[in-house]
Amino acid sequence: MSKIRELSASAITDAVERLCIEANTSLPADVHAALDAAQASEPWPLAKQTLGLLQQNLCVAAEKELPICQDTGMACVFLDIGQDLHIEGDLQAAVDEGVRRGYEKAYLRKSVTGDPLQRCNTGDNTPAFLTVHLVPGDGCRVTVAPKGAGSENMSRLAMLKPADGVEGVKEFVLETVRLAGANPCPPIVLGIGIGGTFDKCAALAKQALLRPLDQPNPDPYYAALERELLDAVNATGFGPQGFGGATTCLGVSIEQAPTHVACLPVAVNMSCHVTRRAWAEL
Amino acid sequence: MQYHLHTPLTREDLAPLQAGDTVLLSGVVYTARDAAHGRMSDLLDQGKPLPFDLKGAAIYYVGPTPERPGCAIGAAGPTTSGRMDKFTPRLLDLGLACMIGKGKRSQAVKDAVVRNGAVYLAAIGGAGALMSGSIKHCEIIAWPDLGCEAVRRLEVEEMPLTVLLDPHGGDLYQSGPAAYLASKQEEQG
Repeated sequence: MSKIRELSASAITDAVERLCIEANTSLPADVHAALDAAQASEPWPLAKQTLGLLQQNLCVAAEKELPICQDTGMACVFLDIGQDLHIEGDLQAAVDEGVRRGYEKAYLRKSVTGDPLQRCNTGDNTPAFLTVHLVPGDGCRVTVAPKGAGSENMSRLAMLKPADGVEGVKEFVLETVRLAGANPCPPIVLGIGIGGTFDKCAALAKQALLRPLDQPNPDPYYAALERELLDAVNATGFGPQGFGGATTCLGVSIEQAPTHVACLPVAVNMSCHVTRRAWAEL
Repeated sequence: MQYHLHTPLTREDLAPLQAGDTVLLSGVVYTARDAAHGRMSDLLDQGKPLPFDLKGAAIYYVGPTPERPGCAIGAAGPTTSGRMDKFTPRLLDLGLACMIGKGKRSQAVKDAVVRNGAVYLAAIGGAGALMSGSIKHCEIIAWPDLGCEAVRRLEVEEMPLTVLLDPHGGDLYQSGPAAYLASKQEEQG
């Protein structure tokens, strides 16, 4: 039997606190690089100017210790926990405490309502939206990906027919982009789930947003589909903020999974130019 | 074209604006988003006064982050305006002159913008840190229980904005991408 490593829940609290602040105040290197590259190559003057303002915003946020965006989001926390790791204490409570501390300490906005219909702000941005994956080994990887509502609200899922095939998937993705227009703060980032069950497909789309934009899908078929969709979305001409231009999308990530012979689910989790994520290995 | 405007705004101030123009807005701007719009609508139903005078006013759809000590405001970029569409035509008919936000509006809002000679301006979505730079003063004037959604009175200086809907029916979300695509086609043809 392999040896079990012990990890205190308070170590997770500390990491979540730190990562909430880091994710909200500095953009991941890959997203920053994609924005810089888009600004450099954008041919349309108003679009180039607008992308320049987005770059400037990142500088101001760093300089003044301000959040990049005022919608500091729902705290989506992903834990990859090794099977040979034992966590002492209440895991959800530990993650929530990290969110509570991070959002208070860094003057982040508290945007969570405790009930979807009765609408009462919980006041501390908890609960965290926690996803746990069990993985081999005894490690613990913590990822915090704050998610704003402007783009989240433009996300969609469809249960396509298998006969709709890859063309149906492309059509659905582009329809989702067209319906969203300027709402999700383009340039956007698309996380796409294909396959699985209804719920699994949505989770895959969210998971896809965690993959750095400079890392294509390891399967060449899906990597090609990611490139094709990126080009197709940029061909819409919506441009930054929907004012027109070549840069509508900074990246497309697809996660695929086996599905039922009668199913072809596809989910698009829409994200914006402030696609935030920060991670730590404990 | 770029225009310098100061609130309160008149029809005459706004008449020259066209979709795609830039505006540097100064003066007083009020914040209101989802919950505040609901409450304002209830007050109007009851014939009661609103927390601020709508005549010539500008509303910014924003829920800022809490301010650090010594700062006027935290990050303060626009939220999606479409969620306020249900309430907006009534406010425009009562004198609201300018809305600041991001994202498309309903046909009813577009019609009310034209009918009242008003404008809908874009702040840069997701650029909350940058937008806060032009906000010099901020105070909560109604419904502090709403937290980030409370109604605030902002004093702004040269807030950089882009005209989305103009008083003549122009819509940058249509004309902007169309102009870009036409130029691309011309290049290829």
